[in-house]
Amino acid sequence: MTPDELNEIAETEREAQKRFKHRVNVCVAAGCVSCQSQSVKDALDKDIARRGWGDHCQAKGVGCMGLCSEGPLVSTGPASTGHAQMYKGVAAADAAEILDSLEGPPVSRLDCPTDIPFFQRQKKIVLENCGVIDPERMEDYIAADGYQALIRALTEMSPREVIDEVMKSGLRGRGGAGYPTGLKWSTVSKSFGVQKFVICNADEGDPGAFMDRSVLESDPHRVLEGMLIAAYAVGSSDGYIYVRAEYPLAIKRLRIAIRQAERAGLLGADICGTRFSFKIDVRLGAGAFVCGEETALIASVEGKRGTPKARPPYPAMHGLQGQPTLINNVETFANIAPILRKGGEWYAQIGTEKSKGTKVFALAGRVQNTGLVEVPMGITLREMVFEIGGGIPDGGKFKAVQTGGPSGGCLPTETLDQPVDYESLARLGSIMGSGGMIVIDESSCMVDVAKYFMDFCMSESCGKCTPCRVGTYQMHRILTSITNMTATPQDLAMLEQFCDLLKHTSLCGLGQSAPNPVVSTLKSFAAEYKAHIENHTCPAGVCGKPADSSDAGART
Amino acid sequence: MSPSAAVKTPTSTVKTLKIDGRDFSAGPGETILDVARENKIFIPRMCELDGLSTIGACRLCLVEVKGSNKLLPSCVTNVEEGMEVTTNSERLIGYRKMIVELLFSERNHVCSVCVSNGHCELQNMAQKLGITHVRFPYRYPKVEVDASHDRFVIDHNRCILCTRCVRVCDEIEGAHTWDLMGRGVDAKVITDLNQPWGSSGTCTGCGKCVHVCPTGALFEKGRSVAEMEKRRSFLPYLTLMREEHE
Repeated sequence: MTPDELNEIAETEREAQKRFKHRVNVCVAAGCVSCQSQSVKDALDKDIARRGWGDHCQAKGVGCMGLCSEGPLVSTGPASTGHAQMYKGVAAADAAEILDSLEGPPVSRLDCPTDIPFFQRQKKIVLENCGVIDPERMEDYIAADGYQALIRALTEMSPREVIDEVMKSGLRGRGGAGYPTGLKWSTVSKSFGVQKFVICNADEGDPGAFMDRSVLESDPHRVLEGMLIAAYAVGSSDGYIYVRAEYPLAIKRLRIAIRQAERAGLLGADICGTRFSFKIDVRLGAGAFVCGEETALIASVEGKRGTPKARPPYPAMHGLQGQPTLINNVETFANIAPILRKGGEWYAQIGTEKSKGTKVFALAGRVQNTGLVEVPMGITLREMVFEIGGGIPDGGKFKAVQTGGPSGGCLPTETLDQPVDYESLARLGSIMGSGGMIVIDESSCMVDVAKYFMDFCMSESCGKCTPCRVGTYQMHRILTSITNMTATPQDLAMLEQFCDLLKHTSLCGLGQSAPNPVVSTLKSFAAEYKAHIENHTCPAGVCGKPADSSDAGART
Repeated sequence: MSPSAAVKTPTSTVKTLKIDGRDFSAGPGETILDVARENKIFIPRMCELDGLSTIGACRLCLVEVKGSNKLLPSCVTNVEEGMEVTTNSERLIGYRKMIVELLFSERNHVCSVCVSNGHCELQNMAQKLGITHVRFPYRYPKVEVDASHDRFVIDHNRCILCTRCVRVCDEIEGAHTWDLMGRGVDAKVITDLNQPWGSSGTCTGCGKCVHVCPTGALFEKGRSVAEMEKRRSFLPYLTLMREEHE
């Protein structure tokens, strides 16, 4: 495909879209599909056909609109202005009413106000097309300036210039560790190997996190474009997307997108008439959390048992098949096209001094508005929870916010005015992580929360290194005895020793960070641990009486 | 990317380092453990065995390196010029004790009835580190014994998942009969696709796995308590032969 051909597709698509006076967008990402949004779309299609409105009204399946707790979500309005009106909790039976209202006042019964902070406080870069374009049509992505950045990179920029642009943007890895993306690209580009690989890590496994899934389901071409640009920058011709098999819809849409891009000549040999060739294969994860760790992921792609290896050597020098390998997360790749389109300097203006740009969060737990949000770095936790999240439902009282999944920590009320960025969260004893954010209110017991995450780490430990394999088991045993009110002060001291052991002796990030939920709750909620051990009471009323002691600590 | 035309001047590949305050030199590609072993400095380890590939899994060989805030596994960390290594600090000893205790607590290690009593690397390690008891409860899992092989037995109760058997079978014998299944504390070594060892179509019956096993998990039939001594003399010889062949 040449730049002219691309522009032609974009023009044709825009013309075609102008034809429609009215558009009804229905969310067909996993959140809404799970509450029957497909039947809403089918009902709309049928009704439009019955009314003979096919020439000026279109029902379109689009990606995630963000407010997942209120699904199925539908937005309507003149095609040119995007959403003017949003509806929540729509059922198939509401189709006719929504179509009737297109020319008149909106259906107030289903109204979902969009002037609330949840929508207003967001800044969408990664999610700019989510809820707007049809994820299964490449033309729609191209009409929204898709693949422009790739063509520009291939025809006007040298690989070095691409890397410089990414460096300038200050983008850091969105998978959790926050390693500077430009630096990683430059390392891989300078590494020597007969072949180089680009891998997209879509093995999102933190409990309560669904950022990558939503991006893949709502805008898969954006990830492909990011990978293509990365491949050009580092000199790779082979790419893999490692997606967990638990995401069937994301996998389906990725495969459709790859096929479309191949047909259009945007993937394959001699892309856009240049000498650059790149192909992408999808690899499915078989349900192991540890495969999100890059060395374990590489082993899994190679068809081996997914266990991590000691680093160095780092994958940037010695990765897949022993060759230099670039591994970035879905969200990192999704940021690349806008950075090249609008420039690294534009991106660097957003966010804080050391954490540039925006971050997508999956807001979940005891909060009014749960769903997917994208906010500039540096926003405070208070704004996240009380403005965007809308506060705690049912008059509950805020207790903590958990970030970073099983590797992260629980941040108490005192930290609410701290900014959300890599350094601040690390300073507070948590991590940015991939973007899961779980709000906890007074009805939860923090020991129980710590036990939940330890249970997760214990069952996800690969079993290669001793501290993680047996240490997580022993920590879980102690936490269980605390919640059973059978623990002694000595147990607590031992728990602290285990925290230290795992952090400093485990082989990979899973074991090293497994104590984090315990460490952070011990720091901020020591009184709760004390109440369980000394007074045999659970302040939140969650933990029960001593259960059958014979199975205390038994693996469930 | 055209390779640079400049001819690289050969630089010295021999490096010098300090281990516990003493000066040593290391050849190209040598790890901290290689140098320590050469110079009779003891670094505890369980998964590592000279002649097999290194995996850095047991975490007993962690050492402190000046300037690094992380503990590094000496079996897989290459020597770098000027490294200052500490192998025996209070902190390291504390961690090592705890790791060995974890290994004891994981399965059912009862020395007094074990075929390897008195010849067991785990037992020796505990004694060397001054472990008198295990500070946390045993797990006591229910695991099986496979005695289906004509000459050998695997008793999973005594396995510490060092995977030496897996590596020796794959790397030295070339049969790859052994592998791992399951994860976390449920991981276990298996023969073929978790079939009885006796029915394995790939096992050559060479017995290398038995002799590299650090505990009494793998033993020869007919051995009673404390009678199973492991013979490892074949390993350096075979490794050398292989290196010369390559």
